[in-house]
Amino acid sequence: MSSRITLENVGQTFWVRGNDDKQLREFVALQSLDLDVAPGEFLTVVGPSGCGKSTVLDLIAGLAKPSGGSLTIDGKPITGPGLDRSVVFQQYTLLPWRTAQANVEFALEARGGLSKKERAERARKYLDLVGLTEFASRFPHELSGGMKQRVAIARSLSYEPQVLLMDEPFGALDAQTRERLQEELVRIWQRTGTTIVFITHDIEEAVFLGQRVAVMSARPGRIREVVAIELDREAAVSGRERDLRSTREFADYRHRIWSLLREQNLRAPAPADLPDAIDDKELTRV
Amino acid sequence: MSSLLAEKTQARPNPRQEESAKAKGASPRRTTAVTFSRGILGVIAFLAVWEIAPRAGLVNDYFIPPFHVVAHTWWEMMRSGEMEKHIRASLVRSAAGFFAAIAIAIPLGAAIAWYRPVREFLTPVLEIFRNTAALAILPVFTLIFGIGETSKIAIVLYACFFPILLSTITGVAGVDPQLLRSARVLGLSPVATFRKVVFPAAIPTIFTGIRISGAAAILVLIAAEMIGATAGLGFLINYSNQNFLIPKMYAAIVTTTVLGVFVNYALVALERRFSRWRA
Repeated sequence: MSSRITLENVGQTFWVRGNDDKQLREFVALQSLDLDVAPGEFLTVVGPSGCGKSTVLDLIAGLAKPSGGSLTIDGKPITGPGLDRSVVFQQYTLLPWRTAQANVEFALEARGGLSKKERAERARKYLDLVGLTEFASRFPHELSGGMKQRVAIARSLSYEPQVLLMDEPFGALDAQTRERLQEELVRIWQRTGTTIVFITHDIEEAVFLGQRVAVMSARPGRIREVVAIELDREAAVSGRERDLRSTREFADYRHRIWSLLREQNLRAPAPADLPDAIDDKELTRV
Repeated sequence: MSSLLAEKTQARPNPRQEESAKAKGASPRRTTAVTFSRGILGVIAFLAVWEIAPRAGLVNDYFIPPFHVVAHTWWEMMRSGEMEKHIRASLVRSAAGFFAAIAIAIPLGAAIAWYRPVREFLTPVLEIFRNTAALAILPVFTLIFGIGETSKIAIVLYACFFPILLSTITGVAGVDPQLLRSARVLGLSPVATFRKVVFPAAIPTIFTGIRISGAAAILVLIAAEMIGATAGLGFLINYSNQNFLIPKMYAAIVTTTVLGVFVNYALVALERRFSRWRA
């Protein structure tokens, strides 16, 4: 149910045209990036805006090919998308003309090998897992943002991938919904044992969710440091009212990562350059 | 009197309240009834003017006969089966051209949007044809296909083709890239991606083109039938005009109007049915 992911010396460059000089030039998004994700691990990745977090995820998902270096999953090189990995995007990406249940079934249709009835049953099971049993026949526009993202998570889990890749999935949600979904995600992870790589720009989210937090450096992106988080998450997600986020240890971890990112930001380009540094994705959706 | 200012600024629940109430802000039923009866009143007022103006001598009642004369003529033509013959001729032609246009334009538009080389090859040619008015090309069709049914169906096809083609291209090309990315993540084949993601996403946009074509089908056909035909509503209008059968001419005009209203309503209803998932 889980796989080891290894990134070695990965580099990614794109062609860009300068906004001011209209010159075609190479843009180095990632440079000699090394990362190792253990089977069944919950790894979160934080980094300054535009450092290439999403690019890393695209590479692991097989949506893009790296310009250099190697990516392997259980020792086999990643050549394209595969059903051993699944991605949850920030924008939900549900098919608006399908109900919640049919959206989960969509993934199962793509996977194949199941009868119509089996697909419906499986979709039900995973909607149960994310607590949307009663909303199975709703269309996406009839669901709140948090519900839509839960459908997307159910869809990603439904074909039982070994790795779940999440690209700021809770970024567009309000603070309360986000906290609830974070706790739910930890519970799901504990239950399914899936390897999770979770990208976020929210330090608290990274500390709360990750067994380890990989801190990326500003452009060109590489892994600056990987911080192991030793927190008693069990209590926080089991419903026993304990506010993990207000504990001393949590604050220490948060501060540690904050300092690491702060160093990055100080070395990052001047604010005048900032619009350029924001992910395209963020610009188009905000 | 209730103005736009009052209408747009009146108190209503905000979107979050609507969400928590699981309901949409609505106006009381009385308002809808008023809206409806005002609309009916408008139509009655128009017909009254039509009836009274010729009678009072405000307009020449030979050129514009009062409404009851036209209505009577229309009824007589319906009873004798004369009108039915013309309606049928027009409907068959416009339906044939319209459906042929749908059958050709949607696959072609999809191919143009999907395959870059096809797009680059065909775009300039289609741009040339698109800007050639359908009626301007009618003599060409008459030369090639003769004066019979084929040339009329061809002209309707030509007029209906471009709105559907362009809306298909827009709809397919405008599919949310995020949906395509998620289809790729799921390992969907290109054919399955098109069938399950791209085409359903494009349907509402395609329907916009189909609706425009529905109107164009009748419009262009009437004009074509005026130029050369032995049956059809366009022929009937032109024929009655030339033979000073003025009430008949109005009856034919009113029939085309009613036909247009019906076609548009049917297409709007169909569009709504296919676009229900749109919020």
